[in-house]
Amino acid sequence: MSKKLKKRLIRIIISLCLFIPLFIIDKIFDLSTVIPNFNEGWLLPFGLYLLIYLLISYDILIKAGKNIIHGRVFDENFLMIVATIGAFVLKEFPEAVAVMLFYQIGEFFQDLAVQNSRKEIASLMDIRPESANLIDKDGNIKTLSPNEININDTIRVNPGEKVPLDGVVIFGSTSLDTKALTGESLPRDITVGDDIISGTINLTSSIDIKVTKKYEDSSVAKILKLVEESTNKKSKQEKFITKFAKWYTPIVVISAVLLALIGSLVSGDYVTYISRALNFLVVSCPCAIVISVPLSFFVSIGRSAKLGILIKGSLFLENFNKAKTFVFDKTGTLTKGNFAISKVVPEANKDEILKYASIAESQSSHPIALSIKKHIGSPLSSNVEIQNIAGEGIVAKYQNETILCGNEKLLKHHNIIFDKVNEIGTITYVAKDNKYLGAIVIKDEIKEDAKEVIDYFNKNNIQTIMLTGDNYEVANEVKEQLGLSDFKASLLPQDKVMELDNILNNKKENELIAYVGDGINDAPSLIKSDIGIAMGALGSDAAIEASDIVLMNDNLNSLFIAKKIAKKTMRIVKENIIFALLVKVSILVLSSFGIANIWIAIFGDVGVALLCVLNSLRSGRIKL
Amino acid sequence: MQKSYKIEVDCANCANQVEEAINKMDEVKSCSINFMFQKMTLEFEDSIKEKDLLKQVKKVAKRIEPDFEVE
Repeated sequence: MSKKLKKRLIRIIISLCLFIPLFIIDKIFDLSTVIPNFNEGWLLPFGLYLLIYLLISYDILIKAGKNIIHGRVFDENFLMIVATIGAFVLKEFPEAVAVMLFYQIGEFFQDLAVQNSRKEIASLMDIRPESANLIDKDGNIKTLSPNEININDTIRVNPGEKVPLDGVVIFGSTSLDTKALTGESLPRDITVGDDIISGTINLTSSIDIKVTKKYEDSSVAKILKLVEESTNKKSKQEKFITKFAKWYTPIVVISAVLLALIGSLVSGDYVTYISRALNFLVVSCPCAIVISVPLSFFVSIGRSAKLGILIKGSLFLENFNKAKTFVFDKTGTLTKGNFAISKVVPEANKDEILKYASIAESQSSHPIALSIKKHIGSPLSSNVEIQNIAGEGIVAKYQNETILCGNEKLLKHHNIIFDKVNEIGTITYVAKDNKYLGAIVIKDEIKEDAKEVIDYFNKNNIQTIMLTGDNYEVANEVKEQLGLSDFKASLLPQDKVMELDNILNNKKENELIAYVGDGINDAPSLIKSDIGIAMGALGSDAAIEASDIVLMNDNLNSLFIAKKIAKKTMRIVKENIIFALLVKVSILVLSSFGIANIWIAIFGDVGVALLCVLNSLRSGRIKL
Repeated sequence: MQKSYKIEVDCANCANQVEEAINKMDEVKSCSINFMFQKMTLEFEDSIKEKDLLKQVKKVAKRIEPDFEVE
């Protein structure tokens, strides 16, 4: 608890300790009759209650005074003062004190809840590095703030320390704890030449790093900025609350004035109507709803961040919950993207086929090329002349030999006779000097958690569509295995964007389309879709930039967790809005007919605030 | 230029009102206040002196919420 809050708590406790005995004594002995033969007997209880009143509300009095000088008549502090002074005038002394006392108690608990969740989130987001150990030219180590380190500086990270800046390991090897960033508890091994990301924790041994980015461009600074700015994109509920708060107070106050004026004029009983109108002022502060809605979102966004899910604003939490169509990129999203050679046909020619394929693919970084290279070991050749034919494959010239390596189209265009291979997987045909050699079958593995996630979507009537550059057979096999709603196969990268455009153009109004990709070359799709979700985005600035929800790890499971959090959060937010509105409106209606007295109004107002805040805090305890 | 500042604002409703009022200032392109993180992000022309602007922003904010502070 902060000092400010502690002081308020002490004030509340002292006031309560004075108020309750006074109230009881007054009810039993009627303090206004204690002094014998005194016509103005009410002055005694008035004086005593007034003292407690001043103790509990002096800060509000000061604030109200300041605000009224600035002409702000709809200020909540001012309205509370009017309501309580009104009660004093009507000789409802205990009520006047109680309104202030409970108002302060309510405010206290609200602030306490906000402060606690702030602290909780701050500790979750505790990835900010405090210092960096710079190694200077002479090999001496100086400890500096990460801000003072420049690109190409060398820093040392000891075991137990946070990696302060992004860089490349130049000495040593170690394990890294990435849990704070990705939510994954498995340590990552890292060695010389590997990229290293700030915000991770060095576990086992000292390493030296050559810094590649300044602190403000490093992952850790970017992630922190992203989370802190996450309230800039506000959900419909938050916008509604802001608007509501703007109109609610003036409307209630004007109604109160009208009720007092018209009621008094018509009935002549001005005491009754003014006291009813005062009830209105007691419930005129919209703070309960105004705080509980953003609090729910804040708690959820913070919780998600801890699990390696960055949500760039409550708007996306809302939309993510509403989206009924999820479009998936296949490779790296539904599948692992670690292609492996599953077969070479004919088996007898295996060595020759792989040798020529590796020559042709020697300069390519395509996943298929990588898997061939991985299988063969070191690249074989240097003097290769490569011609890339988009959508077909590669034509390579090497030591007077012409090698073709690609799909059916490539061989057909070169009029080469070949045996069509009917295997499921990506098939790369290899030919040399116009003679067909054979084919390599490459397969990608489906992620372990893919089935569970797609099952969940199916159960919730959410459409799942897969886009892939692979051929129909491969795509169909994945579709069947996972139970996807639909798929589009044999798409070139630009076709994928067009296909997504098609889906976006043909959707019904109010329908939302989410796109899930690995962010490597699908930034346009991430931006175009209603909700762009990038997976495995740790260390990829482009993906983090382009998407609305960032899954720092590679697990599809995170999607599932995010969905659950979004669903529950939206429910809590709606519950709070409906509950608070219902109670406030009921109190207003009942008060205007004289059914609800000022005590009900006090408990209604403070009670609603507390219940809404407590309900909001549930967002952080959603079962996953 | 876009810059973030740590602020102190005690109530969520005031934070919304302060944000609206600052957004109405001619010198400010956009302002967003994050009540939960107690952060204010201001966007303004490079030609404007930051120190003067902050003074003005504080003045506007304090009219609404006397406890408002920029660190």
